Amino acid sequence: MENKDIQKNYIIDLKNISKTFDDTEVLKDISMYIKRNEFLTLLGPSGCGKTTLLRIVGGFEEPSRGEVYFEGENIINLPPYKRRINTVFQKYALFPHMNVEDNIAFGLHIKKIDKKLIKKKVSEMLELVNLKGFEKRSVDSLSGGQQQRIAIARALINEPEVLLLDEPLGALDLKLRKGMQLELKKIQQKVGITFIYVTHDQEEALTMSDTIAVMNEGRVQQIGSPVDIYNEPKNAFVANFIGESNILEGKMIRDCLVVFHNTHFECVDGGFDEQESIDVVVRPEDIQIVSQEEGMLKGTVESVTFKGVHYEMLVNTGEFLWTIHSTAMSYIGQVVGLIITPADIHIMKRR
Amino acid sequence: MISFIKKSYVVIILIIMYAPIALLMLFSFNNSKLPIWKGFTLSWYAKMFNDASIQQAFMYTIIIAIISSFAATVIGTFAAMGINRMVSWQKNIAMNITYIPLLSPDIIIGISLMMLFSVIKLPFGLPTLIVSHITFSTPYVILSVMPKLKQMDYNLYEAALDLGATPWYAFKKVIFPEIMPGVIAGAFIAFTLSIDDFVVSFFNKGAGVDTLSIKIYSMARKGVNPTINAISTIMFSTIIIILLVMNIKVNKKLSKSQTK
Amino acid sequence: MHRKSLAYPYLIWAAIFIVVPLLLIVYFSFFKDGSFTIQNYQKFLEDYYIKALIRSIELAFISTVICLVMAYPLAMILSDKHMTNKQIILLLVVLPMWMNSLLRTYAWGSLLENNGVINSMLKAVQLAPITFLYGNGAVIFGMVYNFFPFMVLPIYNVLCKIDPSLIEASYDLGADKVTTFRKVILPLSMPGVVTGIVMVFMPALTTFLITRLLGGGKINLIGNIIEEQFTRTNNFGFGSAVSMILMIIVLITLAFMSKKDSLDKGGGLF
Repeated sequence: MENKDIQKNYIIDLKNISKTFDDTEVLKDISMYIKRNEFLTLLGPSGCGKTTLLRIVGGFEEPSRGEVYFEGENIINLPPYKRRINTVFQKYALFPHMNVEDNIAFGLHIKKIDKKLIKKKVSEMLELVNLKGFEKRSVDSLSGGQQQRIAIARALINEPEVLLLDEPLGALDLKLRKGMQLELKKIQQKVGITFIYVTHDQEEALTMSDTIAVMNEGRVQQIGSPVDIYNEPKNAFVANFIGESNILEGKMIRDCLVVFHNTHFECVDGGFDEQESIDVVVRPEDIQIVSQEEGMLKGTVESVTFKGVHYEMLVNTGEFLWTIHSTAMSYIGQVVGLIITPADIHIMKRR
Repeated sequence: MISFIKKSYVVIILIIMYAPIALLMLFSFNNSKLPIWKGFTLSWYAKMFNDASIQQAFMYTIIIAIISSFAATVIGTFAAMGINRMVSWQKNIAMNITYIPLLSPDIIIGISLMMLFSVIKLPFGLPTLIVSHITFSTPYVILSVMPKLKQMDYNLYEAALDLGATPWYAFKKVIFPEIMPGVIAGAFIAFTLSIDDFVVSFFNKGAGVDTLSIKIYSMARKGVNPTINAISTIMFSTIIIILLVMNIKVNKKLSKSQTK
Repeated sequence: MHRKSLAYPYLIWAAIFIVVPLLLIVYFSFFKDGSFTIQNYQKFLEDYYIKALIRSIELAFISTVICLVMAYPLAMILSDKHMTNKQIILLLVVLPMWMNSLLRTYAWGSLLENNGVINSMLKAVQLAPITFLYGNGAVIFGMVYNFFPFMVLPIYNVLCKIDPSLIEASYDLGADKVTTFRKVILPLSMPGVVTGIVMVFMPALTTFLITRLLGGGKINLIGNIIEEQFTRTNNFGFGSAVSMILMIIVLITLAFMSKKDSLDKGGGLF
């Protein structure tokens, strides 16, 4: 019965999905659940298989092995036009031979819905995406950001259970992208459906998602909330891909005590074997620079770069070159001390 | 099943397209005037090679094709370069004129040139044929060179001048290599069009100066003649060999010069 | 060297050999011995010529429709990216465009003739010969055969250029294959269809060669009438007038087609 409750909560259930293109395996045995009404992001570098996974959910690609369950029903043989899932394509894929209204109404026209109702719904949708009164505009006359909104409206008007978004902000410039991130999140909360979002931009993923699935080389590396993934990366790939990190090899002495950099550190992680080899992740902004006497480690500043909000400094402690972000500036050649608090030391299983 | 239907459809269309050509070639080796297989012979080819008028027509065809395609390539390449530098209204006029021969029916080009030549009293013969062939093939050269010029970065030319090249040297070393593929394609198209042309030549030939197409036409009107098959076989083979040897991606070039 | 003056030789050439000859057609159609006349156009109103014109349009139209109906599926099959040997088939389809159309027409003629290949085969198996040639059917057949590749290629080109994600978007929005074809693929391929129609209709309308070789001189189309005026009766005036009428039809067709094309791009029709 408990199982049933979980099933109710999950809208999509991917089971052992594998996909091979011409002898290259792009997806390797992926299993995951996607919750109802959540904003899930598939995050990973290009070629990690995230888009392929999205296309499998959308029905544009058939997996070589595995199943896709939608509300408990296997939909692997269902063509895209029979799935209650809609997609916002990478380059929007707006029909160039139709105006804005006809593009948005495309799905409803097919369902042969009353013309007046269609008109009303289209204008509602345009309002949702902040493009009121754009009905008769031609698609080519719109800017990238506007086309993007039309693509979202065109998908949402069909009232899908799940909306798939394939790097929809990739073609926009930085400023527009930031604005659209917030807006997309707002739209998702307003319509209250599941969004599955594909991106390679970790910042975007952290800003928008309820859940992030980090992918690499056809495998899901870690699934979790943005905070979890940022603070507790499961392995070196995730740690490196989500933000910058200092990653060192180390050994667990016992629970809450770790040795790396030839130094003992207290930490908050446990559950490892004694003497187990592990990787240690320390975020650049979690390292404090103090005078050399106060520091747990001692090193020389090798370079200082101003990054806008903070300075990025490289500090050489002999054993390791640390990347440190700080609002206070040090000088090249200065000998400084470093402090890392137990909560900022993240222990990962060695792969 | 669906894929079988698709394949059969393609095969049937290809058979319809190539059956007559294949049979024509086959019967050029047939030891009979009638299209019933009576054994292999080369006598029609022998006849063809011994016929002085066919030899002459062959010579004229080649001469006209070489001269006209060369002239069209030179005129057209320079024209494309000049038109490319024009301001837009001049460019529009020049391009519209260029499109006239592409969009006009062959017969209109043929008779209009014929009237011009009779008005200016240019005797019909080799010159009128060459001039008319240059006229209808130059636009194809222009349209084939033009896209290459548009792709080219004009700064390259200016950079060459900046580095001390004379305009002619800059053209030779910078522009020409860039547009070369377009020029070659244009020359090739002009040459083929010239060999293949019948309609325009038909109106602008002179007494005793026939191209192969015209020769075949007058022979064909007198009835079946396997010698025509022999000539056709050679002409078809030439075109196919040119295509293969030059290894030109026909579809690409054709999409540039879709008309005709 | 890289200046617009480079185009002057061509422009002079074009003025003399393209523009002036066209003006000559206008001139000869209206002037006889230096005085203005519409006699040539009046002559065209005779039943015989009007009938030839109507028959030309009819045959060209039928050939165009046949070409379109046959070419569209072929272009679709070829544009499928899973098609094997696609490049070779495409090459074979467009290769005849490079081959002398006189020879190809002759080839069909020698196949279909009363003493031709097919009838010889029929005779060999003791069957009655069939008269293929010298009728409207043979002429239409010749037109379709000659101009078919010109219909396939532009449609194929346009189909290949259609962004596959548009088709996916259509499926995604609930359109099945038939609806997607009707609402997305067909309207997006219209520019190619229009180009194809122009490229088949125009030469079919103006041919005199196909009628001469496959119609056996019995069928006179407008092209044959023009040809006669210039090669036999030497009536430049009347020939020019008929050419003018032909060009006007060509221009109307082009204008109509380009307008329809732009309409479809704007999405008004489908």
